[in-house]
Amino acid sequence: MLHIVNKSPFDTGSLASVLRVAKKDGGAVLLIEDGVYAAVKNSATEASLKAAGMPVYVLQADADARGLQSRLMDGVNMVDYGGFVDLVAGHDNVQSWL
Amino acid sequence: MKFAIMVNEGPYTHQATDSAYQFAKAAIAKGHEVTRVFFYHDGVNNGTRLTVPPQDDRHIVNRWSEMGTQHNIDLVICIAAAQRRGLLDDNEAKRQGKDASNIAPGFRISGLGQLVEAGIQSDRLVVFGD
Repeated sequence: MLHIVNKSPFDTGSLASVLRVAKKDGGAVLLIEDGVYAAVKNSATEASLKAAGMPVYVLQADADARGLQSRLMDGVNMVDYGGFVDLVAGHDNVQSWL
Repeated sequence: MKFAIMVNEGPYTHQATDSAYQFAKAAIAKGHEVTRVFFYHDGVNNGTRLTVPPQDDRHIVNRWSEMGTQHNIDLVICIAAAQRRGLLDDNEAKRQGKDASNIAPGFRISGLGQLVEAGIQSDRLVVFGD
């Protein structure tokens, strides 16, 4: 399953919920909108994302809009909207954690 | 692949509808089919033809209308959410005794059944909201 998180981890517990319940489903996390803040290098969430045990994708346009281009942690995969589409197509289910 | 999209937030208030539009555009560019966009909650405000943003800003309503017409996408506004927020087509305006309708070209008003159907008939349903 593809888990889409669009909230900053400092606003809501959406990302924490994903990381708690989704580890074993072989899925991936896609951070969009304010969700991209979770992938900031040296942030409080960096360790939990690294320990997620599943691939983490970041929507490039939303990271760029927030000035985070050079401030993201290692190990995340940047995607454009086309990559977003490929991720949705490549997973049987998609869940937006609103 | 067939995609359906759900939009739960209005234009110019939250990024959701912009994200949804960019996703739909990219899906079409990759040769996928976007069958339906279902506008729910404040998302119904994406379908009022009376929207007049400043000229240097994107026109979110017209953008959906144009995409819907060009790519034969069914743009559906939830009727219950629409009536609460003053979104009416000609039939509903008449039925409710109102002097005008304001639904934008390419949009139509229908019910939640259209969301369920979109979920069944498409390969993926992607939700954008707050």
